[in-house]
Amino acid sequence: MLTDGKAMADVSRRALIKATGAIGATMLPTALAIDAGSAQEHDHASPAPSNPPAAAAVPPQARGTTYLFFNNEEAAFIEAAVARLIPKDEQWAGALEAGVPNYIDKQLGGAWGAGERLYRSGPWQPGAPSQGYQLPFTPAELFRTALAAINKDLAQRPFAEMSPDEQDNYLKRLEAGGKDLGGVPSDVLFAHLLACTLEGFFSDPVYGGNRDMVSWRMIGFPGAYASYYDLVDQHGIKINRPPMSLAEHADGHIRVNPGIPAHSP
Amino acid sequence: MAQRLKPVDVVTIGVGLTGSLAALELAKTGLKVVGLERGAPRFTVPDFQSPAIHDELRFSIRKAMMQDNVKVPVTFRNNSDETALPIRRWESFLPGQGLGGSFVHWNGQSFRFQVADFNYKTHIEQRYGKTFLNACGPELTVQDWDVTYDELEPHFDRFEYLCGVSGKAGNIKGQIQPGGNPFEAPRAREYPNPPMKETYFGALFRKGVEQLGYHPYPQPSANMSRPYRNPEGLDLQQCVFCGFCERYACEHFAKASPQTVILPALLKRPNYELRTNCEVLRINLDSTRKKATGVTYVDGSGAEYEQPAELVLITAFPLNNVRTLLLSGIGEPYDPKTGTGVVGRNYTYQTTGGATVFMDESINVNPFMSSGAPGTMIDDFGGDNFDHSQLGFIGGQYIGSIMTNGRPIEFHPTPPGTPKWGLEWKRAVTRHYNHTIAVQQHGTSTASRLNYLDLDPTYKDAWGQPVLRMTFDFPENDIRMSQYIADKVVEIGRAMGGKIVARGGTKRPYTTTQYQSTHNAGGAVMGSDPKTSVVNRYQQCWDVPNVFSLGASAFPQNGAYNYSVTIGALTYWALDAIKNKYLKAPGPLVQA
Repeated sequence: MLTDGKAMADVSRRALIKATGAIGATMLPTALAIDAGSAQEHDHASPAPSNPPAAAAVPPQARGTTYLFFNNEEAAFIEAAVARLIPKDEQWAGALEAGVPNYIDKQLGGAWGAGERLYRSGPWQPGAPSQGYQLPFTPAELFRTALAAINKDLAQRPFAEMSPDEQDNYLKRLEAGGKDLGGVPSDVLFAHLLACTLEGFFSDPVYGGNRDMVSWRMIGFPGAYASYYDLVDQHGIKINRPPMSLAEHADGHIRVNPGIPAHSP
Repeated sequence: MAQRLKPVDVVTIGVGLTGSLAALELAKTGLKVVGLERGAPRFTVPDFQSPAIHDELRFSIRKAMMQDNVKVPVTFRNNSDETALPIRRWESFLPGQGLGGSFVHWNGQSFRFQVADFNYKTHIEQRYGKTFLNACGPELTVQDWDVTYDELEPHFDRFEYLCGVSGKAGNIKGQIQPGGNPFEAPRAREYPNPPMKETYFGALFRKGVEQLGYHPYPQPSANMSRPYRNPEGLDLQQCVFCGFCERYACEHFAKASPQTVILPALLKRPNYELRTNCEVLRINLDSTRKKATGVTYVDGSGAEYEQPAELVLITAFPLNNVRTLLLSGIGEPYDPKTGTGVVGRNYTYQTTGGATVFMDESINVNPFMSSGAPGTMIDDFGGDNFDHSQLGFIGGQYIGSIMTNGRPIEFHPTPPGTPKWGLEWKRAVTRHYNHTIAVQQHGTSTASRLNYLDLDPTYKDAWGQPVLRMTFDFPENDIRMSQYIADKVVEIGRAMGGKIVARGGTKRPYTTTQYQSTHNAGGAVMGSDPKTSVVNRYQQCWDVPNVFSLGASAFPQNGAYNYSVTIGALTYWALDAIKNKYLKAPGPLVQA
């Protein structure tokens, strides 16, 4: 039975990779999360994990992010805001094109958003900066509360309709603090938004951001896997290989010595 | 109602570094030993394997391997005039959870404390005079360990060979060795393995410090420079420099941890029993309160048990050792107002910081090609390796280029003055990511009567027991020390060829919102006087002689180095006394 089960798993993994080969195995998680159907339509295109971000040329709306947490107004703010925090430039995609809104949406809708690893018992009182976060809001509650206040504040002129300069000025006002967003100090919201944007831009694509590993190619980070034993003393060597995502090595272990024991003690 | 279990000889509270090491030593004598671990069981295979183990978001950012702070947090304040509040997310320090404890997610930075660390007060008074300490800070409560380096040397040696430490000796029996650390305490023989390959950032650091006349050496590492079989017959493999070491478990069998160097030998012994997902609530005392009868714990399903034992070893993370003593009523809690009491006294930490050195774009640093202990470093400003007589502070820091990774959520340096976001930030990250070197400062933490641990009056854990309260700020002495060395680091950064050097160094107030170190120490310190120590020189509780509190909670103050190897040596030292003295005649090993 075990053998049968393993064989089935292998077959289905191959089928999955084949099905998503169009946009590269690197795109597997986001492709599945976003639009598995369209991935299959391009089954005969050549895999291109190392190409410049073809995806960046596609308008973000066309990427078909399915929001599970954000409502439309919230999503509109988040999309416009992350595009200012990490903008697109002539060479590299920005946070919006990299799927950061999708990343934040999935984080807030999941365990982290619900307060995983956040001690949540009272009594509650404001602390010194050295004592860290002391609000009763979970991350999901914090974003929901603050975004509602922002969208109410900007009801006449939604953030997404502002010019880039106006958007930057509004974000700077949030960052500076002093603005109350339904009980969330605006600098606290901003710090969460910026941290999540950086996470979504730099984390492994399995989490739904960093599409095509764009940030890793931008800075030259080779990704989740590596065996640098032979390279570490080749000082100053330029690494040109495309980065690798966790999703690419679902079946692989990197070992110096194939005889490494692979048993539980 | 707790179910009473069959009595055993020994119970360990926690199965990490000290718990697994002590259990193996005692199981070898034939005693029935039970290990109670609050976390889950986990092993290199299948739990630490790819792809899951190389996940920066899960392990580095979300702290998947750390103590479940939703169940058991720590509260914190900078001084006793403030109200302590829960550290609601771990950041400054990261106590591990799960079988193997913090010794799974450590980096493998493997130093011995120095000779003067162990008789620190005596040493300072002899070198600088009796009034010097008080001039550095009247609040400082520095004291001797009541164990000497020479007594510990065989145990250091044994622990290094257990772990397969890779390094280059600097001092063998008093003879200075070329290529090693000339400030190293004398060792009986070479390290078990040669040093790790030198990284590019290490080589650039070496070149810079040599120009300045300092003494570079390769950082001793419990990540292997070559395959190694340890004295327990367990095999370690060569480190591949994957860049996922601290905050992670090693998938390659290349880092010393309980899972690689201790547990396989321990778990095959029929007289050892491991119980995971078991939270110890307290040590039980008899009516005299001078003898422990065992422990009470709760298993994963919530069922409560009483485990009688002849000998109880507290082998948790240092902060949890102190809390266990307080919850059990062992030893008098420290009172900072009167300076009396001992449990919680002399809590210390680590002074860290360092410079960020921005290099020319032609220098590909490749920080992701790294291990947990890849540094090239100097000890010219470590401990008391330099003359403090005109400086107005005690203590010191090692300086090293120790970049353990290039994981981009954590590491995307930009020069001072760069905006925190926007196009300019993005361009700066792109420009500097692979052309920046971190140079670390890492040093002593001086004990002060103002810094201590006790039970929080308000906040409770998941079982309704008070959580630990930490009252801590860096003494001014330690700030002066760290800032003095920060200047030296800037000079080094320039000598390395840095175009821009961002100065570091420790500042007040201590904050829990930024990672600094997981070397929490003290609170149940060792010494010769029960008025200023919780345990004697063998880490045996003065008040309850069949309880030993093992690990860094016994450090009277913290030395400059990363402390795991010194914990290992101290544990072997205590176990030697338990096996050869205590078991033959149970009772106090030192008369108060």
